[in-house]
This record gives sequence, structure tokens and C-alpha cells, in this order.
Amino acid sequence: MSIRVEHVSKSFSAYPALNDVSLKIESGEFVALLGPSGSGKTTLLRILAGLELPENGKIWFGKRDVTQDKPASRGIGFVFQHYALFSHMTAAQNIAFGLKVMKRRSRPSRDEISTRVEELLKLVQLQGLGSRYPSQLSGGQRQRVALARALAREPRILLLDEPFGALDAKVRRELREALRKIHDDLGLTSIFVTHDQEEAFALGDRVALLNEGRIEQFATPAEIEQQPASEFVRSFLE
Amino acid sequence: MARAGLREPFAARALLIAAAVLYVGLMLLLPLGAVLTEALRKGWDAWLAAISDPDARASIRLTLIVAAISVPLNTVCGIAAAWAVSKFDFRGKALLVAFIELPFSVSPVVSGLVFVLLFGAQGWFGPWLQAHDIRIIFALPGLVLATMFVTFPFVARQLIPLMSAQGRADEEAALTLGASGWQTFWRVTLPNIRFGLLYGVLLCNARAMGEFGAVSVVSGHIRGETNTMPLQVEALYNDYDFVAAFAVASLLTLLALVTLALKTGLEWKHRDELFAQH
Repeated sequence: MSIRVEHVSKSFSAYPALNDVSLKIESGEFVALLGPSGSGKTTLLRILAGLELPENGKIWFGKRDVTQDKPASRGIGFVFQHYALFSHMTAAQNIAFGLKVMKRRSRPSRDEISTRVEELLKLVQLQGLGSRYPSQLSGGQRQRVALARALAREPRILLLDEPFGALDAKVRRELREALRKIHDDLGLTSIFVTHDQEEAFALGDRVALLNEGRIEQFATPAEIEQQPASEFVRSFLE
Repeated sequence: MARAGLREPFAARALLIAAAVLYVGLMLLLPLGAVLTEALRKGWDAWLAAISDPDARASIRLTLIVAAISVPLNTVCGIAAAWAVSKFDFRGKALLVAFIELPFSVSPVVSGLVFVLLFGAQGWFGPWLQAHDIRIIFALPGLVLATMFVTFPFVARQLIPLMSAQGRADEEAALTLGASGWQTFWRVTLPNIRFGLLYGVLLCNARAMGEFGAVSVVSGHIRGETNTMPLQVEALYNDYDFVAAFAVASLLTLLALVTLALKTGLEWKHRDELFAQH
């Protein structure tokens, strides 16, 4: 599903976090929001999720204006930097959460839910680990559970906030490949936040480089490398 | 096992430990022993007779009723206050936290007097209450109000640091997964704080049953009617009925011991979930 951000602004107690940001993302794209801390990349992601409301501007998902919609009704999956798994639930219960809280009318039956959980565990390569609690899983495994949980309600858009931030290099590489494959197989439109240029360029179809609440450049990694749009982009890449 | 860099001379350590043990012995164990010994001075039968006296039983019932009303109300209000303070940003938050702590820094007698000033015969709302035949002071509502005021901070104080440290990520995750506010509270927030909450409720209950000062001011000391257990202990003691006084006191002591046992059990088993981890 395509995503359009139109003239979005947001400020936190005096200092602007986003300053008149516009962005158009095609359906099926994998986009990285890259920038130093405080550049507004996480704020933009949270506005897309509905966890923050913009002061000005509009957000469109396809032909739908979702600017005022609640997170639940946007059809998104969100993956948090520190997983935010429910520690009193097993991996399987975490994944099933989004299905179990559905209204009775639309909620799948118990059997359908457990079938779906098994599918999702398989999708993120965690077969057989459904009965483990988050504390019994490694960092990489926890993030896979968080990913499966975010995908349970079949979102069209996947939003990830520094999804690999807390992981070591090897696990990070594996998870990156797994994520790319899932994105392609499910035909998702995905946006992830990172401060790591190498990661943004390796995984993103296009990269939006943010600085002080503005988008400095939004282009493919190759274009950014060949034609940096500003002095900031040039210095950030070095 | 001595830690490196923290090796006091043997004599100093022995002295400190001895002082601590002596202090605990004198200040806590000795009175505790005294209460139980005095209560059983004339044997089990006298003890049993003392606590099955109608006035004593009325005081036990009243204490249980007061706790049964004030503890749940304080639990709900405490959760609400802690939720508001730890998960939202708003003007006057620091002030609200200070007010939550207020009952701890005010003398209980003053806490009781406040309600007399408000609802007593000569109080602000006194004439109106009298005209409508509503009794608050010298009756159950006054006892409950005074107890609630004194014990309000326990639940909120236990939960605020815990919920602040846990942050909002779990709740946000639940929201993005489609849960309503209510579902988020029951399925995510409450399980996250359950042991801290239990701990706070335990302390709140112990204080609610044991409170003397504030309750004494609003009670009116009518035996068999408005005397809670602590007040009944005082009344019996003033009558020189020491065995009966200590018998009722021993029940309160027992409550303290049960609370201590449960509290220690909780601390031992669920340390990580009781207190904020950094």
C-alpha cells in the first residue's frame, strides 16, 4: 500500500521535531529513515503508526486519509526497538495477542488462532519455541517474536523502529535477510528507522535522510552516493 | 563473603552487628514477646474469652469492614494515580506526586481532625448533614474516610517508580496490535505490575487495620459500635483489663506477622517485578 506524507510538522515543547516533511512511498517499497539522533526519524515513524499526532499535515495510506485514525485501525504492524514483548506471556501468546483482542464477531476461533500462530512461528523460523517466555529467548529470537506478533493481523504496512539496534553483528545480518525475505514474500510496504548508514543502504530500496526535522534527500542508495543533495548528506556519508 | 575493598577490621564488624542485633532485640522482639506473653498470661481459655467478648468481636468486625471498604478503594485510586503520573505528561504532575505523599507527612491526629472540621456537628457541612440525618463523624463513614486518607499513599507510592521504569512501550505495542484501552489495562498493564500491586495492597491493609490516631479522632469511642481493634485495645487498657487488651493486641500483632511473612515471601520470589530495575 502506498504511503503519502504531506507537509507534516510536529514539535515537542518548543523545539521542532519535524518541520514540514513530505514523502511519497510506493506500494511494496522497503524504505529506510536514516539520520542522527534527534533528526526526527523516530517521530515520523510514530506519526505513521498513530502513536503521535502531527500538528499540521496529512498522512495517506493508499486513498485513505489516516491522519486522525487510531493505531489499531490503520492496518499497520509496529516493531519496537526493545521488542516490547509481554513478559508474562509465552512467545505464542504474544503472537496471538492481536488476534485475541479482536471483537468477538471478527475474531478467529481458537483453533484458527493456534494454526495462525504456528504459521507465523514458522515464518520467522522459530518452530517449536512457542511455549518459551521472552526471558528464555535470545535477543534475536525475541525480535523475531516481535516481528511475528506485528504480522499476526496481516498488516499491509510494517513499521520498524531501530529493529536491529540491540543485537550483535551476526544476528543482525541474519535478521536483516529474514526481514527482507518476509517483506518480499508478503508484499508488504515497510519503513524502518536506523542511524546506521551501512544498514540503511544494504536493506533499503530507497533511503530518506533526515536532519533537524527535515528530509535532506530521499533517493536510492546509489543516487545518494553519487549525487549527495546537500553538504549535510556529504558529511553524513563520510 | 567479604567484598574486596570493603574489609572492616573484625572488631568493628562485630561491634556493628552486635549493636544492630541488640537494637532489633530491644525495640522489636522484646515488645513482640511481651504482647504475646501478656495475652496468654492467664492461659488460652482467658485469651479465647477475651476475644469472643461481644465488644471485642464488634471491634474485630468493624476493623474488617473498614479495611474491606478502604483498601479496595485505595487500590483503585492508587492505580489510577500511578497510571496518570507515570504514563502521561501534564502540568502540575510534580505537585500531584507531592500531594499523594501528603498523608505520610501529616500527623494522623490532624488527618482525623480535618474530617471533624468538615463533617462534625460544628463543621462546614455539619448543619446540612444533620438536616438530612446523615452521620459521618462518630460513625462508619468517618472511620472509612479517615482510614482512606491515612493509607492512600501506599499503593500509589509502590507503583509510581515501577510503572515509570516500565515505560509506555508495552502499552503502545498493545495499542498497535488493536487492543482497546480497557484490554490493554487488563491484559498488559495489570500483569506487569501485579506483584508490586500486591505488595502495596498488603502494606495498605496492615496500616488500615492498625491505624489509631486518625480513627481515634473521628470514632467517638462507642464500645461495640465505633471502636476498631486498636481503639478497643486502648479502651480495655484504660480499664486495667490487661489480659483482654493484650489479647486483642495479639490479634493485631498476628496480622503484622502474617503481613511480614507474605511481604518477605514476595520480595524473595519476585524481586525483579516489585521494584524498578535500572
